[in-house]
Amino acid sequence: MARIDLVDLAHSYNGAGADPASFALKPTSMTWRQGGAYALLGPSGCGKTTLLNIISGIVQPSRGKVLFDGKDVSALSTQQRNIAQVFQFPVIYDTMTVGENLAFPLRNRGMARADIEARVHEIAQLLDLRPYLARKANRLSADAKQKISLGRGLVRADVAAVLFDEPLTVIDPGLKWELRSKLKVLHRALDLTMIYVTHDQTEALTFADTVVVMHEGAVVQTGTPQELFARPDHTFVGYFIGSPGMNVLPADVHGSEARIAGHRLSLGRSYGNLPPGARIEVGIRPEFVHVAAPRPDLLSAAVERIDDLGRSRFARLRVGDLRMAARVPTGTALPHGTAGLVFDPAQIHVYADSRRVEGTA
Amino acid sequence: MEKITNQKAWLLVLPVFALVAFSAVIPLMTVVNYSVQDTFGNNAFFWNGVGWYHELLDPSTELGGRFFASLWRNLAFSAIVLLIEIPLGIVVALAMPRAGWGVAFSLVVLALPLLIPWNVVGTIWQIFGRSDIGLLGWALNRLGFDYNYVANPLDAWLTIIVMDVWHWSSLVALLCYAGLKSIPDAYYQAASIDGASRWAVFTAIQLPKMRHVLVIAALLRFMDSFMIYTEPFVVTGGGPGNSTTFVSIELVKLALGQFDLGKAAAMSIVYMLIIIIVCWVFFTVMTNAGQDRKSAGGEP
Repeated sequence: MARIDLVDLAHSYNGAGADPASFALKPTSMTWRQGGAYALLGPSGCGKTTLLNIISGIVQPSRGKVLFDGKDVSALSTQQRNIAQVFQFPVIYDTMTVGENLAFPLRNRGMARADIEARVHEIAQLLDLRPYLARKANRLSADAKQKISLGRGLVRADVAAVLFDEPLTVIDPGLKWELRSKLKVLHRALDLTMIYVTHDQTEALTFADTVVVMHEGAVVQTGTPQELFARPDHTFVGYFIGSPGMNVLPADVHGSEARIAGHRLSLGRSYGNLPPGARIEVGIRPEFVHVAAPRPDLLSAAVERIDDLGRSRFARLRVGDLRMAARVPTGTALPHGTAGLVFDPAQIHVYADSRRVEGTA
Repeated sequence: MEKITNQKAWLLVLPVFALVAFSAVIPLMTVVNYSVQDTFGNNAFFWNGVGWYHELLDPSTELGGRFFASLWRNLAFSAIVLLIEIPLGIVVALAMPRAGWGVAFSLVVLALPLLIPWNVVGTIWQIFGRSDIGLLGWALNRLGFDYNYVANPLDAWLTIIVMDVWHWSSLVALLCYAGLKSIPDAYYQAASIDGASRWAVFTAIQLPKMRHVLVIAALLRFMDSFMIYTEPFVVTGGGPGNSTTFVSIELVKLALGQFDLGKAAAMSIVYMLIIIIVCWVFFTVMTNAGQDRKSAGGEP
């Protein structure tokens, strides 16, 4: 039970003297609230596992401090930090039964036998492992083994935080949903701080209250799923979250007008504050652009194909040599050849060097 | 699916059958042939049925007495050697470095005894242990121990056991090291997060994960030590008295020393059957734990 603060944390696997651009984790400061459900989201190799391992103490950071409730724990071992972690692949103590596996972290800490019994039963109940408690753990399926790993992570009530490192990788898709919602229930029931690392946006957005998006070793945005969707702070967030990702188009922006491929587009806000010399782009989610019959006052685009996602349809388009996606409204005939694009001005964001610029009304 | 009957497939295994027949079955059959006959020289053989076997398996006869004495001696030797080498190999493997230049260094050092021919190992220890010119024997005597492997059976046993431990513990250590290296880091990380002590890590992770290589190591060491011939033959020649005469040494005495082909052949057959049966029982028992895992089909 703790608030976790990261103070100017950075890590390089080549030592602190390495080129800062090559750091696996670029200098990061942030705070994790007690009892929060967090997701660390990013593509493979973006440094999310490194960050997790630094919090748990498996990796010693090259720079910076980790504070638990304001106390510096950077020099403490994983054991002393009192943290639980669940790994990508199930870790099972082969010779023990399921119950002994769950009891292992408690037994090692010298808890009373009766208390261990009670807690193991509680966790086994929550994870539907009750019928298997007396079975040898190595005789179970991969799914069940990972449930045991999850159980061992959750069994200690007094941990500072429970860290999950892509724990559902080996789980069948059907069971994934079930386990994910189970984790959410467990989070509410147990009042533990949980940090969940994943590269799957659906997993992150369904599990977490707060999603931390990482890109090339740096945290690019922290926010609720709604914030990440509606106001991506970085073009990477826009692109990574959402399916299809946000359209990012190079543009000239003057005041409240943008010029994209020769077409004038009026923005909802005015941008007089753009840094000179920066690479300017506008971003808009495909959900907020829709295709219509071509008209002279609309940006015209060549239709390449239509993706039918069941509940919605998206057109893949080409404007000059830019590629983008736009919604095909229900009831509209499927466009082919050339189409006009209608933008929702309130949902257009302007980016300078990939970072979002706040407009003025 | 319907099974296709195709007897031509036998032709494909024929070369292997032929090879095994020439390398093993036919020589073995000549031994079987000898074991049921007696000879008085001149290449004249007489049918003796299972007479030699009767004599061999009856400890009250001269032949049976010699056989059982050497058999118990040999089993005791194998047991002692296994009890020392397996734990020692595990300890050495655990102490070996996991990364850096130390890995290559310790692997080479450990492999050295394994590369030395067996009779050279015998010769090394034969000289090493001599109380007049051998470093070990001389030093022990200077320190006040009355050590003489030529005259004292206990000293002879100690010398041979220490020699075997020196020669073969590396094999166990190397196998265990391979087993340890195959354990993913996540297990150690998980154990450290679960607050496991060093001993708990050993019993809950390392030992179970090494089980398969340990079965192999124990099997190899049992077979090898049970068939040991060269090293004790070079060091003690089976003496003093008969105190280090193991089954193979007894067998050679019988076959080549006394030229009792029938008795020696019968002893060979029984000797081989013992090794096969012990190995089979051992292997079955030790891998049984792995069987039930297969039936559950839960291995990722």
